[in-house]
Amino acid sequence: MDNNSLKISTLLAKLESELKQLISKRKLKNPLMIGIHNGGGWIAEKLHHRLALQEPVGIIDISFYRDNFSQTETFSQVKPNLLPQQMEGRDIILIDDVFYTGRTARSALNAIFDYGRPRQVILAVLIEQEGREVPLRPDCSGQTLLLANNERINLTGPEPLALDIQSPDKQLTAA
Amino acid sequence: MNNLQLNKEGKLHHFITIEGLSKEILTEILDTAESFLGISEQPVKKVPLLRGKTIVNLFFENSTRTRTTFELAASRLSADVLSINIATSATSKGESLLDTIRNLEAMHVDMFVVRHAISGAGHFIAQNTAPHISVINAGDGQHAHPTQAMLDMFTIRQYKHDFKPLKVAIIGDILHSRVARSQIQALNTLGVKEIRVVAPKTLLPSHVEQLGVKVFNTMEEGLDDLDVIIMVRLQKERMTSALLPSEQEYFKCFGLTEERLKLAKPDAIVMHPGPINRGVEIASSIADGPQSVILQQVSNGIAVRMAIMTLTLQNKGDSV
Repeated sequence: MDNNSLKISTLLAKLESELKQLISKRKLKNPLMIGIHNGGGWIAEKLHHRLALQEPVGIIDISFYRDNFSQTETFSQVKPNLLPQQMEGRDIILIDDVFYTGRTARSALNAIFDYGRPRQVILAVLIEQEGREVPLRPDCSGQTLLLANNERINLTGPEPLALDIQSPDKQLTAA
Repeated sequence: MNNLQLNKEGKLHHFITIEGLSKEILTEILDTAESFLGISEQPVKKVPLLRGKTIVNLFFENSTRTRTTFELAASRLSADVLSINIATSATSKGESLLDTIRNLEAMHVDMFVVRHAISGAGHFIAQNTAPHISVINAGDGQHAHPTQAMLDMFTIRQYKHDFKPLKVAIIGDILHSRVARSQIQALNTLGVKEIRVVAPKTLLPSHVEQLGVKVFNTMEEGLDDLDVIIMVRLQKERMTSALLPSEQEYFKCFGLTEERLKLAKPDAIVMHPGPINRGVEIASSIADGPQSVILQQVSNGIAVRMAIMTLTLQNKGDSV
């Protein structure tokens, strides 16, 4: 894989254009953008600005909704959710940095539905990495990647945003 | 003996006493509670962390605040919670404590929250229960009340941020106070600059200074330059001999009044684990005043108990 395919501004531009099409196709009204803490929150801020959405970005931390309670290392850095009072009937654009197994998206949907029944939720991610473990997938993504088993994508931010693909023998960096 | 609380990996599995727990473990509890604080302020006050777990409140002694906050903490974590009223239970028909425990174990519960008038009751249950069950001490005799001490530490950190420079006094009936004992241990472990106890000699345990505290017998000396004032209740129900001339006399000498509060630092906070006796240990105007954080302690109690329940249930016990 070459470095340029992971340029963040390119990925964001592609995501922006796909989201614009989807917003019009699915007739989203006053959509609420929600980022999954913390990488998803950073990406959501960028897209929110590009799409010039009205309402501030919502943030959810899904640590309390994960499916591996006994394996979770610590709950000491969990942030409170920042969501508007009224979630019932809303059109929601859920944002994450990387979609991999789908478990984070599952947790995020559970958290959101605890606040009320949205009219629709669409999921947009910067990178979709192959390796789904649950029957969910993003509606749009900046890039789809097939990585080796020992490779991991790592987003650092918020300023500057940078993507690393970490593997034992090589490290690709993009900004 | 206190290692009973920790599993083989050194993680918290029971929470019986502050004694023997490291600063790192206490800090982890406070940090985790910080995460849980937000949940009670959300429109949906619930997360699914302990879904499927069953928590039994075994209160052999009366309590409103502690039992209610434990129930709320369990509910906000989505655990199923059962509060057994001992007065109407089989215990009053002669069933032994161990038989009560065995019966509840047979119902596949995951945690006992125990309050008992006898010191060591929580420890005894932890020693004798199945390895997957966690035991939390919600107050045992005059021994310990560690969850109350932790919510007090949480409240102190919330207002004062750093334990190191603090001068803290615990004032009142130290002799009968399990809360004071746990607080002294926690304050020592977290490393405050100075811990004082202020009380008449009849309400101090013998050799109290061996706990690492400075002893004062007058409010005027004891309150000077304090950052944190912790008032504890006069426990008339536990007094078996004439330790005090009268409540009025006690308030005159050891009650926290507006005048006396001025001896502490101007930004000192006033705490009380409750229930408060207005006009006995504390003047109403102070309990309701701007320096009082008494109701904040109650709110914090839920988050701290959520943290302790989560941490202990997360860490499996060792088979004995």
